[in-house]
Amino acid sequence: MAKITFETTDGQEHTIDIANGLSIMEGAVRNMVPGIDADCGGTCSCATCMVYVPPEWASKLPPKKSDEETMIEFCPHHNETSRLSCQIDVTDALDGLRLKVPESQR
Amino acid sequence: MSGRHLVIVGAGHAAGQLIASLAQEKFAGSVTVVGDEPYPPYQRPPLSKKYLAGDLALDRLYLKPVAFYEKFGTRLLLGRRAEGIDRAARRVVLDDGSSLDYTSLVLATGSRARPLPLPGAGLPGIASLRSIADVEAIRARFSAGTSLVVVGGGYIGLELAAVAVKLGLAVTVLEQAPRLMMRGVGPVVSTFYERLHREEGVVVHTGVAVTSFEGRGRVERVVCEGLLVPADLVVVGVGALPNVELAQAAGLATTNGIDVDARCRTDDPAIYAIGDCTNQHHPLLDRRLRLESVHNALEQGRMAAAAICGLPAPPDQVPWFWSDQYDVKLQTAGLSDRHDQAIIRGRPDEGRSFAVFYLSDSVLVACDAMNRAAEFMMSKVLVGARARVDTAKLADERVAVKDCRL
Repeated sequence: MAKITFETTDGQEHTIDIANGLSIMEGAVRNMVPGIDADCGGTCSCATCMVYVPPEWASKLPPKKSDEETMIEFCPHHNETSRLSCQIDVTDALDGLRLKVPESQR
Repeated sequence: MSGRHLVIVGAGHAAGQLIASLAQEKFAGSVTVVGDEPYPPYQRPPLSKKYLAGDLALDRLYLKPVAFYEKFGTRLLLGRRAEGIDRAARRVVLDDGSSLDYTSLVLATGSRARPLPLPGAGLPGIASLRSIADVEAIRARFSAGTSLVVVGGGYIGLELAAVAVKLGLAVTVLEQAPRLMMRGVGPVVSTFYERLHREEGVVVHTGVAVTSFEGRGRVERVVCEGLLVPADLVVVGVGALPNVELAQAAGLATTNGIDVDARCRTDDPAIYAIGDCTNQHHPLLDRRLRLESVHNALEQGRMAAAAICGLPAPPDQVPWFWSDQYDVKLQTAGLSDRHDQAIIRGRPDEGRSFAVFYLSDSVLVACDAMNRAAEFMMSKVLVGARARVDTAKLADERVAVKDCRL
């Protein structure tokens, strides 16, 4: 289980508990966090679930596979901290993670 | 906007997106959804993939948790069917005799598996794959060594075959057309998929039409012209029919789907339609058509929400589709049914990664990309821009797709 906070561009914070084994995207969708869509249902095909991960957390996440890298390149407002939240499964190690939701996703 | 009562008939993917979009736009009226399955809106793609394989819990199929609908005050009437629409009274009559008054009505009735009414089709052991209930019945018959015959070599049949063969079933696919996934992909891609399935141990027959099913007490054989295939289990995946009967009975225009305008309105200004059940003019494709896809369900759900809330229409998007079979992700941008050139990037005859670009008058109209996410994503951009492209560069792996515009 991990407590994860999503900061949206309107300045709001949404802190939720996500069970281990769910992806961050699934946790966000179940908990109605705005701006995290899942058009392809989490199969790394649509890039509507992008988040920005603070650099100090990057090493605690599984590395990006090349598909995810490719999809991110097509997201508006992507940068080197971008990850697709459907590709990150939650573990206890992510407890306290703070993520930002891009302004292109509302 | 208060004082409005929105009724949605159908609780599938399009309805789910519509409700999510209405909530996002803070729609202030009441929303009531009627669905004939006992589940809240859920995603169907995993039914022929992870859910069938037993790798996904039921509640992970739901588009939103039940709590979402409670939070936004959306009333879910599940396991109920709409029987008729009284347009003059603006009322929907349900199968339990109750009725729902509406100020606006959205028909999101989706599609159903096309039946195959051949002799013996009623034998136990013959199923279609459309709903959670279907998958649970099919999965109950899955065990290593079971002989599965898949009638229909489209996306559903092939995804099912891929899951089944990995679980140790003996799988045969029977496709009536000369090639697999003929409606969805070009010939080179069909040939690749035949190779892929054969490599994985599936027996594939194309150009073969089933004439009957035989067995005592349950199905034992599938009979075709010149071919007899033993079967413990048969799954029929031969396309889908739009559920337009409610609309037709109410006098709404339907042409291979409920006819809607650019804002998803039917010819009754109080009635919208979205998803698999609709026929709409697509500005990029410049024709009217019925698009059976998740993307269309999402896009029309968003369109209708914008129209209902009095907001500008969201920008048009390029239709896209995907299919996961074994370790191959097929992603398709655009429609390839009308092209005069097909350009191949990569090697379709070896390995599992290549793309086919489809052009019409030098304009890129579609792309089938297998394990080629970059080609897929860039094609969506180019198709949306109606870009003219250089065929030599498209075929050249050394040139990035984004540099292929003429």
